Amino acid sequence: MTAKVYVTPKRGVLDPQGKAVQHALQTLGFAEVGDVRIGKYIEIQLEEGGGESTSARVREMCEKLLANQVIEDFRFEVGT
Amino acid sequence: MKWGVLVFPGSNDDQDASWALSEVLGQEAVALWHKEPDLKGVDAIVVPGGFSYGDYLRCGAMARFSPVMQSVRSFADAGGPVVGICNGFQILCEAGLLPGALVRNRSLRFISERVKVRVENADTAFTRRCRSGEVLDIPIKHGEGCYFADEQTLDDLEARGQVLFRYVDASGEPTPEANPNGSLRSIAGVMNVRGNVFGLMPHPEHDVEAMTGGEDGRKLFRSLIDSFEQRSAATAPRSSAAEGRP
Repeated sequence: MTAKVYVTPKRGVLDPQGKAVQHALQTLGFAEVGDVRIGKYIEIQLEEGGGESTSARVREMCEKLLANQVIEDFRFEVGT
Repeated sequence: MKWGVLVFPGSNDDQDASWALSEVLGQEAVALWHKEPDLKGVDAIVVPGGFSYGDYLRCGAMARFSPVMQSVRSFADAGGPVVGICNGFQILCEAGLLPGALVRNRSLRFISERVKVRVENADTAFTRRCRSGEVLDIPIKHGEGCYFADEQTLDDLEARGQVLFRYVDASGEPTPEANPNGSLRSIAGVMNVRGNVFGLMPHPEHDVEAMTGGEDGRKLFRSLIDSFEQRSAATAPRSSAAEGRP
């Protein structure tokens, strides 16, 4: 089983990396580019277990370590 | 006074902190290795700068799980003074011992320079050797020093006098130009509610000798030494002269 975790900067948190990439894309001629936010993608291999409890466990991992909720939001998917 | 300086894999200001405390300020300073939960009976703790655990995941995120940090938490909960400098500040925020977080500098650049910070509250154990409004000249060196907290937290910090240092210009004003990293409200250092845990991005330990740029950093350490000595005097057994009184 695999958990795919996406961690992104919260709205309102300055994301200078996203800003720099946004400007670079616009400079390359991608005029349609608006706001760019850069986050992290984390893949976790899990031992087979119950569906709902797996989600609860992954949520706990996000809250305790993978995301700092002062500055980041997270979402995740659990699949095979 | 006995000081403990934490050492994580990737710490690199621990030796400077120990030098400042022992050689310059005449204190006893011991290194506290991250795997050892024993705090060796220290009276105060410095969480030094550097790149603990390679700044993996987020700056300071891994360090809080080390055995020594569990002891530091208990020490802080019991009222023991803890100072986090730079990466140490990031670690204390990640550990939840201080509010807020430090994110990437607005410029995306690593900054190494001397800055001016204004003492916002001199009525604390960490700043009592300063005057309120005094401007200190002190070095910074960091890539992730932009202080962030939500508006409510910032308002609470200000209202309770927990903001101890703010980046200012030469005339003591917190202008956008004088804010090196984009910190909200130009915050350079914050204290917890109880007043025994302090984190700051500037480096007082690099600022204790005129030969290397200045001595303003001494005031921070001296403040804690004063507080400690005052507390010791207050709790010491009464002198025989006092006891001899009728």
